[in-house]
Amino acid sequence: MNMTNKEYSKFVTDRQPHSPVVKDTLFAFLFGGGICLLGKGLTELYMLAGAAETVAKTCSTISLIFLSGLSTALGFYDKIAKVAGAGIVVPITGFANSVVSPAMEFRSEGLVLGLGAKMFIVAGPVIVFGLISSVLYGIIYWIAGVI
Amino acid sequence: MTKRLGRSTVAFGNPPCIRANACVAGKKEGEGPLGNSFDIVNNDTSFGEKSWEKAESRMQELVLAKALSKAALSPPDVDMIFAGDLLNQCIGSAFALKDAEIPYFGLYGACSTMAEGLILASAAVDGGFANRAAAMTSSHFCSAERQYRMPLEYGSQRTPTAQWTVTGAGCAIVTAEDLGGAYVTHACVGQIVDAGVKDAANMGAAMAPAAYRTITDILDQSGSAPEDFDLIVTGDLGFFGGELLREMFELDGVELLNHTDCGEMIFDRESQDVHAGGSGCGCSASVFCGEILNSMRAGRLARVLFAGTGALMSPVSTNQGSSIPCIAHAVIVSSTR
Repeated sequence: MNMTNKEYSKFVTDRQPHSPVVKDTLFAFLFGGGICLLGKGLTELYMLAGAAETVAKTCSTISLIFLSGLSTALGFYDKIAKVAGAGIVVPITGFANSVVSPAMEFRSEGLVLGLGAKMFIVAGPVIVFGLISSVLYGIIYWIAGVI
Repeated sequence: MTKRLGRSTVAFGNPPCIRANACVAGKKEGEGPLGNSFDIVNNDTSFGEKSWEKAESRMQELVLAKALSKAALSPPDVDMIFAGDLLNQCIGSAFALKDAEIPYFGLYGACSTMAEGLILASAAVDGGFANRAAAMTSSHFCSAERQYRMPLEYGSQRTPTAQWTVTGAGCAIVTAEDLGGAYVTHACVGQIVDAGVKDAANMGAAMAPAAYRTITDILDQSGSAPEDFDLIVTGDLGFFGGELLREMFELDGVELLNHTDCGEMIFDRESQDVHAGGSGCGCSASVFCGEILNSMRAGRLARVLFAGTGALMSPVSTNQGSSIPCIAHAVIVSSTR
């Protein structure tokens, strides 16, 4: 066998098993939709309990974050995510999991340098680039207002 | 006298005898097809320790103690130990051996560490530098996962080519004494092969060319053919890498009918949800120092070519977009001297 790296790359790609895209997409749709439905249901419940709509929406978001953190701590979030994929990762539930899981993981390296410092190794970039894009959006919004 | 047969292969003059072998595994491995071949299976995978790193060191302490007891030896009887693992600065091995008082060499060969250690231990014994030398390695799913990938509880989907790091350890003690069982007759020191694969979730494809290179070298230089072996076993290309290796030999017109891979053997592909099979130093170590050497002692296998394969990347090199340099070290183990 005498292959260049380019030929080998083709040799591998031709034989490589692929992720089940249709199944993954379907489950992502169902779980993602399910989480949105749960959020909507919670909002309605909070409104029934007398909260104003904006307050109810905030409470619903907080509840989803709590549930995600709790299921991560209890060790079954990752098992759901294996099936649900992007359906559970993309909503706010994914963000909560990405903060809680490293916090648990690095607890063994201490409260400050472990949990505290490494809590944002996954979510950090989301925060950084989220802030940058919100600033950019603000500038564009302001320019548009001046014009 | 030890003979150099070629660029990378040597034939030992007095093939060292593998006096004892032992292996330890975690719960998932214990539930797999080789469950009965492990000497010790720990059902909570923490091995009674507070951190995964300590659990990994504990596995090595256990496997060394087990190998010593099988050999009816105590630590002062071992002149040298070659040990390594996947953790940064090889803390798995160093912490396991801190109270052992055995002269120690730390190795990093990723999943090839068992084969690498066995070559060095055999060379030390055949060269007269040690009467008894040990080779030992381990990997732990949880400590490897946090170092190389994501936190354990992070929710994500694995790709079909991703391999599952084995929680396990293996130890072999080689000696100049002629005690039967299994002898290391030849060794081939691998060269680094970088086939340009960058995907750390496809290590089987990255390592297959290194395995191909080393197996070709040892066959050519020792004048052997694949049919001369009851088993050619690589560790750990997994299901996908194993298929690639067999296909590469097919392109040369050689059928590796007697080839299997430790990563294919240790888990059940369908029921254990391990995607492309097992990986990690502990995979080839626990399979070689369990199932394979036990089969040789029981007379089911007479001549085995064992090639340990390692992917020599780090999370830093992966993040920097570098391709994965790989290596394979091989030994020929025979039931006769």
